[in-house]
Amino acid sequence: MFSVAVKKRRGSFELNAQFESPTPGVVALFGRSGCGKSTLVQVIAGLLDADVGRIALDDSLLLDTAAQVNVPAERRRIGVVFQDPRLFPHMSVAANLDYGRKRAAPPFFVTLDAVADLLGIGHLMDRRTHQLSGGEQQRVAIGRALLSQPHLLLLDEPLASLDAARRSEVLPYLESLRDQLAVPMAYVSHDFDEVLRLATHLVLMDAGRTIAQGELTAMSLNAELRSIIGPEAVGAIIEGTVLDPDGLSGLTRIRVGRGELKVEPLQAAVGAKLRVQLLARDLIVATSAPRDLSVRNVIEGVVTQLVNDSGGSDLVSIDIGGALIMARITCAATRELLLAPGRPVWALVKSVSLRGHLGGLLHARA
Amino acid sequence: MTMWPSADEFAALHLSLSVALRSVLFSLPIALLFAWLLTRRRFLGRTLLDAFVHLPLVLPPVMVGYVLLLLFGSRGPVGGWLQRELGIQLIFTRNGAALATAVMSFPLMVRAMRLSLESVERGLEDAARTLGAGALDRFATVTLPLMLPGVLAGAITAFSAALGEFGAVITFVSNIPGETRTLPLALYTALQVPGGEHAAARLALMSFMLGMSGLLLSEWFARRVRRLLGR
Repeated sequence: MFSVAVKKRRGSFELNAQFESPTPGVVALFGRSGCGKSTLVQVIAGLLDADVGRIALDDSLLLDTAAQVNVPAERRRIGVVFQDPRLFPHMSVAANLDYGRKRAAPPFFVTLDAVADLLGIGHLMDRRTHQLSGGEQQRVAIGRALLSQPHLLLLDEPLASLDAARRSEVLPYLESLRDQLAVPMAYVSHDFDEVLRLATHLVLMDAGRTIAQGELTAMSLNAELRSIIGPEAVGAIIEGTVLDPDGLSGLTRIRVGRGELKVEPLQAAVGAKLRVQLLARDLIVATSAPRDLSVRNVIEGVVTQLVNDSGGSDLVSIDIGGALIMARITCAATRELLLAPGRPVWALVKSVSLRGHLGGLLHARA
Repeated sequence: MTMWPSADEFAALHLSLSVALRSVLFSLPIALLFAWLLTRRRFLGRTLLDAFVHLPLVLPPVMVGYVLLLLFGSRGPVGGWLQRELGIQLIFTRNGAALATAVMSFPLMVRAMRLSLESVERGLEDAARTLGAGALDRFATVTLPLMLPGVLAGAITAFSAALGEFGAVITFVSNIPGETRTLPLALYTALQVPGGEHAAARLALMSFMLGMSGLLLSEWFARRVRRLLGR
């Protein structure tokens, strides 16, 4: 368990953060720019002293102002990856990677070779840091933090300084870190796509405060989250299990709740767990079992809640058997279909539409 | 006129180099400490200390020599103690000359070091910290190497300035051949003697060549370091 409860006043700004997340796992600290995420990172890393608070990681207590415990940053064993790579310019890539490793105490859970493999930086060892591209620099920075054998990897918007192409170059490496190493990660971001791909746990921040938190799947329909990411990005994130590939259609079938989704063939083993995001704007709602449609995915469920969204549309929550999904439809459609809680409905989503934003959103988790 | 310097003139050159080297070695660690204090620490009286460090730039060198004489002379509070307890005599010696030049060139050295320390990104030190480096470790492995160009530029400038220091030296340790008669003092002495023009010209030329090579060396070095750091 990683638990944080800290307060820090800085001029007129006040940070008041409280959250707990399971370890190992990836907790995303998500909020708009300027909501105090970076201050929180500094406090967690020990680079900035909290006014009051307590930080504990598994069985080690890092900060407890009441008990006058404050482990200095250099002994917290938190590997930090900053927005800018902060590689030491007077050292080679190899010397940078070695910096933390030389100062780490056993047990070592990851070796230089493993990190070089995982991050694809083996061929860069003899280079000077200024000869690397932005994406390569950030990968080396991640490797350097990992090799310090941290008990927590703290990533402070590690992709924010990169352009879109470099970002999609580095992101898969972060995913493989999560899936192959058991090191707990805290990922700070203002980009929800990154959070979707990496996080298992989500903490929302606004104006210096933590306003909501929970499992990513449970948080995906949270009202506070909706107000931060905007109506277009709203969508349920649900857990799915890969079933046999469908021999007839050539599509991969995924069990979600009581229903089933068919998506473009996936490189995933039968039984693998997946997370699927169904964007509210992509869902169609029917009040009778639809026939003669090209749509491949029809999931049966029951309306649980109707929330009026801004702009003449309603958000309809539908229980599909152990999981909730959400559809955005116009208020006129709500009236015509006589939608109300308790009403059985069918939710429709096109396989290609699903595939359209699969780009990493739908991914296997170990 | 012969171009080749006499033995006395070579002695003056040798002495100048020896005094300047001692002066730089002596003031380097202290200047580093002051540069660090003035850049990184906020404390009461920091502005006052800053002004004090810069005093030798604006005071008449003769006055600096006079103050040194009062403090470090045989009957001075510091000089008397040094002589009694440690048997170290500064007045009329080359170590005294080194002290006088060190005081005079101290502001130059501190300035160069401060500039380079200010240009060291604090973020790199924070990164080193999260990687497990304590305060001294960080300073030795990150801060110092990154400010090295400034430290060396400061040292070379101070060395060159030390070669030319006149007023403070002659006031504090007098003008003793072979012990405190450095190049500028020898040049001055030559000009006081009838027929000393040739000697003066040779000494002037030596000073010129020394100064020039110091500046060129410092520029070459700065470039090399910049290239190494990829700037």
